[in-house]
Amino acid sequence: MTTLDAKVPEGPIQDKWTNHRFDIKLVNPANKRKYDVIIIGTGLAGASAAATMGELGYNVKVFTYHDSPRRAHSIAAQGGINAAKNYPNDGDSIYRLFYDTVKGGDYRSREANVYRLAEVSNEIIDQCTAQGVPFAREYSGLLDNRSFGGAQVSRTFYARGQTGQQLLLGAYQALARQVGLGNVTLFNRSEMLEVVLHEGRAVGVVVRDLVTGEITSHSAHAVVLATGGYSNVFFLSTNAMACNTTAIWRAYRKGALFSNPCFTQIHPTCIPVHDEFQSKLTLMSESLRNDGRIWVPVDPDETRAANDIPEEERDYYLERIYPSFGNLAPRDVASRAAMRMIDENKGVGPLKNGVYLDFADAIGRLGKDVIEARYGNLFEMYERITDEDPYEVPMRIYPAPHYTMGGLWVDYNLMTTVPGLYAIGEANFSDHGANRLGASALMQGLADGYFVLPYTIADYLADYLNVAPVPTDHEAFQATEEEVRSRIDKLLSINGSRTVDSFHRELGRIMIDECGLARTKSGLEKALRDIPALREEFWKDVKVTGTDDSYNSELAKAARVADFFELAELMCRDALEREESCGGHFRVEHQTEEGEAKRDDINQAHSSAWEWKGLSVPPEHHKEALDFEYVALAQRSYK
Amino acid sequence: MTTTGRRSDTKPARKLPWILEFYRSDVVKKWIMALSGIILLGYIAAHMLGNMKVYFGPEEINAYGEALRDLGGHLVPRTHLLWIMRIGLTIAFAIHIHAAYSLTRTNLQARGRVRYDVPREYLAANYASRTMRYSGVIVILFVVFHLADLTWGNANPDFMRGNPYANMIASFERVPVAIAYIVANLALGLHILHGVWSLFQSIGANNAVYNKWRRYLAWGFTAVIVLGNLSFPIAVQFGIIS
Amino acid sequence: MDLTLKVWRQDGPGEPGEFKEYEAKGISADSSFLEMLDFVNERLVEAGEEPIEFDHDCREGICGTCGVMINGHPHGDQKGTATCQLHMRKFNDGDRIVIEPWRATGMPVIRDLIVDRSPLDRIIEAGGYVSVNTGGTPDANLIPIPQMAAESSMDAASCIGCAACIAACPNSAGQLFTSAKLAHLNLLPQGQPERYERTVAMVDKMEEFFGSCTNHAECEEACPKSISIDNIAFMNRDYIAGKFKDRRKAGQS
Repeated sequence: MTTLDAKVPEGPIQDKWTNHRFDIKLVNPANKRKYDVIIIGTGLAGASAAATMGELGYNVKVFTYHDSPRRAHSIAAQGGINAAKNYPNDGDSIYRLFYDTVKGGDYRSREANVYRLAEVSNEIIDQCTAQGVPFAREYSGLLDNRSFGGAQVSRTFYARGQTGQQLLLGAYQALARQVGLGNVTLFNRSEMLEVVLHEGRAVGVVVRDLVTGEITSHSAHAVVLATGGYSNVFFLSTNAMACNTTAIWRAYRKGALFSNPCFTQIHPTCIPVHDEFQSKLTLMSESLRNDGRIWVPVDPDETRAANDIPEEERDYYLERIYPSFGNLAPRDVASRAAMRMIDENKGVGPLKNGVYLDFADAIGRLGKDVIEARYGNLFEMYERITDEDPYEVPMRIYPAPHYTMGGLWVDYNLMTTVPGLYAIGEANFSDHGANRLGASALMQGLADGYFVLPYTIADYLADYLNVAPVPTDHEAFQATEEEVRSRIDKLLSINGSRTVDSFHRELGRIMIDECGLARTKSGLEKALRDIPALREEFWKDVKVTGTDDSYNSELAKAARVADFFELAELMCRDALEREESCGGHFRVEHQTEEGEAKRDDINQAHSSAWEWKGLSVPPEHHKEALDFEYVALAQRSYK
Repeated sequence: MTTTGRRSDTKPARKLPWILEFYRSDVVKKWIMALSGIILLGYIAAHMLGNMKVYFGPEEINAYGEALRDLGGHLVPRTHLLWIMRIGLTIAFAIHIHAAYSLTRTNLQARGRVRYDVPREYLAANYASRTMRYSGVIVILFVVFHLADLTWGNANPDFMRGNPYANMIASFERVPVAIAYIVANLALGLHILHGVWSLFQSIGANNAVYNKWRRYLAWGFTAVIVLGNLSFPIAVQFGIIS
Repeated sequence: MDLTLKVWRQDGPGEPGEFKEYEAKGISADSSFLEMLDFVNERLVEAGEEPIEFDHDCREGICGTCGVMINGHPHGDQKGTATCQLHMRKFNDGDRIVIEPWRATGMPVIRDLIVDRSPLDRIIEAGGYVSVNTGGTPDANLIPIPQMAAESSMDAASCIGCAACIAACPNSAGQLFTSAKLAHLNLLPQGQPERYERTVAMVDKMEEFFGSCTNHAECEEACPKSISIDNIAFMNRDYIAGKFKDRRKAGQS
């Protein structure tokens, strides 16, 4: 029986992190080189953690399945990164960022973690600026800010529509420096397929080289997973093609608890699906809602082109329903509102599956040049994909799976329930509750990697001074390697009739229908019957071509999709269990008369954490009760 | 984390003297090509301008030749300054050629044996930039002949030392020589058309304020040189000077 | 639309390769180029053949993973567009499309259309960073940066590291990639203390793998982010200056 101890420090919330850093154990500088640490993933969290720990003196091994660390999907983040700098002098503070984030997360996050996140947010901006991240600037030469959803202050720092790229390049460069100095060893095109446990502790990983197919073991004193989210369970999402759940899923199967898997974010501003061959969805940054106005025609039978519809026949529904936040309502709220409009048959575009995001007013007010300077690259991307010019006609947007708030359960130190196994960034569940606010993912990834994990990991490592890592020829490693090999052999030997993608597409359809924007008890129960059946069919009928000793993307994909089936089941189970609507989780049975999410703070004010019990055995449900001492629980209102 | 595909001419373990170490770099070679190119361009311009004296009659041009030998007047022994300039010019020429040769080798190696199947349709690179090595070779061959013809005299049966006017007319009266001269000057034009624009890039004297003027400068300079040079054989052939 | 593809197939590093022809029938004009390849691959797998391997990931034109030579143009002939953002409506029904991997000694083929671009990481490791450790940095607004300078730096920093510049260059030169990273850092005040060391180290590393620049500007034309060759001039100047600079005097302004 695993018990959940969040290890939240005592004291007032403003002092918790300071006190904690004093109270936890340290590793002295000369001893750091005696520790080996493995980091999986080189996105914002992984690269920043690897760089920082390399600087501190640890021996770091970092693994990425990409050809270069710079390609991790953090690179695609567009809009910006939040920080409580209050440079615009509009009343921001650490406390307000903390408050907004807890409220934005619909009161399902751990207060102490969120406060710490807000506290280190300012240091992140300083750090990134010192690294040479070219944030947007005013003519004074000082940093510029813009607004994001769920906030009434401008606290978002940005680098055009490429903030994630620039922050990741900053972290990547810091990492490259440590690689060059020999403090960090980089393994590219290497995918982690299993975590190795010995005496209940994480002692290493088993990795497959994607070029040669070679399977190797790597041992260390601690293992850090920075492997991102699992939105690709929906097949069509804004995630990159290779994003997957394998690392955290394998950790889950080895005993790490998985928390709130049903908390997934459907982002309101993506380019609508255009046909069945589509491989992914493309996000249009939330920052566009600073200047764009969202509307649908009043008449469901409208056939005129957008620009021909007169003003009085347009419904600017976000401005109408949520006057105080207007077009900058948080993502979950904006997505559901769009869904309601489309359900009322007011959707636009050839498939009637979008709503308009209109820049005509902003172009009229600011001029085309200003809009181009702010969003030029996004407009260009939109034009490439849709063949429509958003300077002339309104963009069409629709909600799409984007981010997963759920992930491995971690304590205040970011350690999972497996000692020595850490999860940082999107891979953990910690800071966003049931809904993430825009520009907070970059903040969390870098907070965990630069400023939290490198300190808290010492508390665990200190106990293993002068204890050699378990050698890779140890039985624990050999047995795990054997597991991995047999799984790969199995996938290659089925030789059935259906492609991996056809299974993935079918799984995605089940998930978006039953566990997407709106969820019902009956739908989830149906999904819980369909998914295992599909999984069994997969293991009988999938066709994986090629061999295991060369570059084989079908094989890699098959192994990832295999894990998605199991995760999908857990997501539906979690969604079924959570009898309330909150944030990204909307149960149709639980809504107010206006169709807004209705929380149940009496029975559901907890984080769910699931413990693997076996493939055919239901997982065990644990609950971490959430206490709100500083932010009063209230019905979230953006009206 | 293996890195393959290194060029085979990577740095030797033994450290070379600074100047050779310096010259090893491709960027430095290009810089040196640009600097030597500037010297050669200056020479080409002066040479063309000086030769304009043929239009003012034999005395003018012969006096010009004499003045070159007498450069420095009473300050230096006769022809010494001319020889210093000739040696400087030869060194610039030699370095320019050596750098070009060694960069070409490097580039062929960097490009590898396997080429693209589809013939490249160049979008930015123009004819001049892609034919530098060929126009360069034509210029070298021409320079050798040109020296033999008009400086050393062994390619010119009617050569008279100290009488450039007569030598030039004797040379350009021969139609093949006039044609060769014209072809070579067109190649030279192509070469300096890219060279003048490109040298700013190689020495990093690049500035958004005057960048687009570099094209005009290249075209203007090339036009003046080529038209000036081509006028000599044409004038001789048509009997304008004789 | 129906297309004929002529694609380079190669089983592994150093192995001989060859072109093979494939029919791509019933392609949607709204598909991206990579979705077209997905479609062809799914049919190949169904037929029990090994699919065409190509590198790709974000499909939003930002990660820089994708990139192939399409009819002799890196990333196809639409300017400022990565392969994943190229859409099939730019082609005509019945077209024959030749797809090749990037070619350069410094980037050998791993399989089919996938090449090894790790030299680019080695170049960054040689100096493409500001040597600042985590923590203890000054307040971000203590370093004012002229807006124009920040924008120019950002222009250079938008390089996605796809290596199309090297693929496009008749000399397989890595100048545009290297100079973009140098300009990103060297144009900012934060990059000044290490400006010349960085430039010399990165250029020297670059020259271990790639050719030299003959100012063709094909790279700029191929770049999906339209990065300017002005950066190369800037790099050349800093490299030469770096060779002559007395770095003991670097503290003087």
